[in-house]
Amino acid sequence: MPIIKDARETLMVGRRTDGTRVNRPLSPHLQVYDLMQMTSGMSVLSRNTGIAWTLGLVFLVWWLVAAAAGPEAFARVQWFFSSFLGILVLAGLTAVAWFHTFAGLRHLYWDFGHGYHLPEVMKTGWAAIIASGVMTVLTWLVALISW
Amino acid sequence: MTEQHGTVRLQSSLARVRGMGSAKGGTHHWWMQRVTSIALLPLTIWFVFAVAGHTGSTHAEMVTWMARPLNAVLLLSFVLISFHHAAAGMQVIIEDYVRGEMRMFLILAVKAACWILALVSALAVLRIAI
Repeated sequence: MPIIKDARETLMVGRRTDGTRVNRPLSPHLQVYDLMQMTSGMSVLSRNTGIAWTLGLVFLVWWLVAAAAGPEAFARVQWFFSSFLGILVLAGLTAVAWFHTFAGLRHLYWDFGHGYHLPEVMKTGWAAIIASGVMTVLTWLVALISW
Repeated sequence: MTEQHGTVRLQSSLARVRGMGSAKGGTHHWWMQRVTSIALLPLTIWFVFAVAGHTGSTHAEMVTWMARPLNAVLLLSFVLISFHHAAAGMQVIIEDYVRGEMRMFLILAVKAACWILALVSALAVLRIAI
């Protein structure tokens, strides 16, 4: 028998015909949705890129502290960032930062009361995806030119 | 207690006008998330392209760039507001998915980490700039 851990679970308890207790599923139930659709997919990605960008801030702190500490410490950061793993991290963070920025811009647009009709949701969703792709490529073009 | 449209409200008129709710925070947390996100729009665009434009720079060149007053101020703003926004966002995610005592523990841990890292970065920028 499942153990109740939260007071809210008492609202979700049901019984089978043989009397054994079961926890009823939460509603809305995740399995009935296609999580790759524009609405939920963008929502999940927006949150996850937020988490990734938060973790990425640690690299920014390392970079700033190393710059303040001196040339040797800075050389170590630059060595990491120009390594295969470092470039992978930076490329990932660039994409993540741009995506979270454009997804956030979409949220601000909603906060002003616009863009709630489904065709517009699809349009702004694609716009955010394409814009973050374009800006990621553009950022790396600038990075490679100044290398 | 005020009566309106036939329903009895348990909230006083003053409480309803203040709109602070039972947690007494009102919309402050939500509002600050929007304010910091708007501030981060220009700051992030500036930072990403500034760093991308410095991939070939030596330590001395980078530090000279950071030490310029405008760059230092923008860098400080970017770092401090980023950590404020990160802590606020992580708090909402934790509130959505973590239950019980672990919820408050995690929120405080994330806030502590963000506070410390924000100050560490600020100190680094100030050391370079001053």
